Amino acid sequence: MTADPQFFRHGPGPFARLFVFALLACILIAEDLRFKQFPELRQAVGIVVFPLQKIAYIPTNIYDQIEKLIASFYLVEENQWLKQQYQEDREKLLKLQSLEAENVQLRKLLGAMQGIETDTHTQAVMAEILYTPRDPFNHKITLNKGSQHDIKLGQAVIDDQGIVGQITRIYPWSSEVTLLIDKNHSVPVQVVRNGLRSVISGTGKQDALLLRYLSVNTDIIPGDLLVTSGIGGIYPPGIPVATVDKIERDPVDDFAHIIGTPIAGVDRNRQVLILSLTPPPADELAETVKIESQSK
Amino acid sequence: MQRQSKLNRKVNNDNHSDAEGYFREEIYLPASTGYILLSLIIALTLNLLPLQQEFLIYRPDFVAITLIYWCVNESHKMGMSIAFLMGLMMDAGNTSIFGQHALAYCIAVYLALILGRRLRIFSLMQQAPQVGLILFVMQAIIVLVAIAGGSNFPGWQYFSATLSGILLWAPIAVLISIPLKQKPDPDAL
Repeated sequence: MTADPQFFRHGPGPFARLFVFALLACILIAEDLRFKQFPELRQAVGIVVFPLQKIAYIPTNIYDQIEKLIASFYLVEENQWLKQQYQEDREKLLKLQSLEAENVQLRKLLGAMQGIETDTHTQAVMAEILYTPRDPFNHKITLNKGSQHDIKLGQAVIDDQGIVGQITRIYPWSSEVTLLIDKNHSVPVQVVRNGLRSVISGTGKQDALLLRYLSVNTDIIPGDLLVTSGIGGIYPPGIPVATVDKIERDPVDDFAHIIGTPIAGVDRNRQVLILSLTPPPADELAETVKIESQSK
Repeated sequence: MQRQSKLNRKVNNDNHSDAEGYFREEIYLPASTGYILLSLIIALTLNLLPLQQEFLIYRPDFVAITLIYWCVNESHKMGMSIAFLMGLMMDAGNTSIFGQHALAYCIAVYLALILGRRLRIFSLMQQAPQVGLILFVMQAIIVLVAIAGGSNFPGWQYFSATLSGILLWAPIAVLISIPLKQKPDPDAL
């Protein structure tokens, strides 16, 4: 006999083993929640899991193919609709260009510096949602683009209507997006109607964002559109984030309790765009500094 | 060599005599390690299936159910280290706190190993509620870790995955055991 029969072999008892593994798991949890020193460990496991995620995505792929096949019967109609849409968008774009030029002109006349120097030149990469987590307290999604596709940490993720979230973790072929509604996620925003700036944060609940630290007498009404202000340099300015839903002004509190609803389909999309802000060229930066020093 | 082909005692529902019932009892081959791993990988893939938000909450944890199945039926081959590794893989795929599922699976496996010998004497239908208890404890641990990480309590609806797990216990157990069924040999006697 080469090995003892299993019957007689005594390793450590189940409770001792549980104790060891539970301790190990608790160390990992604490590491992930507090210290975040070893992202490589998670990345290594992520690489192992990635093929399985790809396999799990195959049924969705097949469904997409069938949908495409059905859609191909309506190509003519779709083409017509898209052409019309293009014309309409084109008109808006032309207006925007003339408005931008006019804006620059007016600013020059006023001698005013633009408050925040942000470059609106963005590059967009299309990505598909690979996985949405099963836990209702986990407001993150996995996309099928990663560091191999030049995706970087902190890039903004949008859909056709507004901001979805921000890339917070990167694997070689996939990446994790923290959604707007996550408790630990905030976006600098601006009210379109009067330019009021604030920061909006997630609440951990679906379809609810919290506008913090605005005083009770702030000029804000339900239905106000909130767009990104561009402060912080992560989100490009002017992208819709939320509409103000409910305002509770209780004089007892210092701040008004303002709840907004996200505009983007935070949990409905299949495809999203990953935006990368190209940093403004160095000479342009130097110029702004020069003007600033002159005006002082 | 271990020749412990396990007799899976199932309560025969049809009213035959005891001797006949004994011969009708199905004999299962011992599962190979490869087959156990394959079943776990398939379960993990099922867990990672992208679904609509509305159905996600009702999806049972296939990995946990498979782990519990092997703890009950092949307890000497099922270790906590496998559960721990599966948990880590689940955490990386599920974008959750690293170690959350690992802890929950380890505790589920511990409970299953302790209750395993007891569970084996029941039929699959009778096992289901007891497995449900294990699944409930496991989900409770996941929620506790999430709350420790600063999340809100997700509501009791979250535990509907335990209910779906109870309902799917018997079908999954039958499905896993199909390849292990011994072929009837006409020349046996």
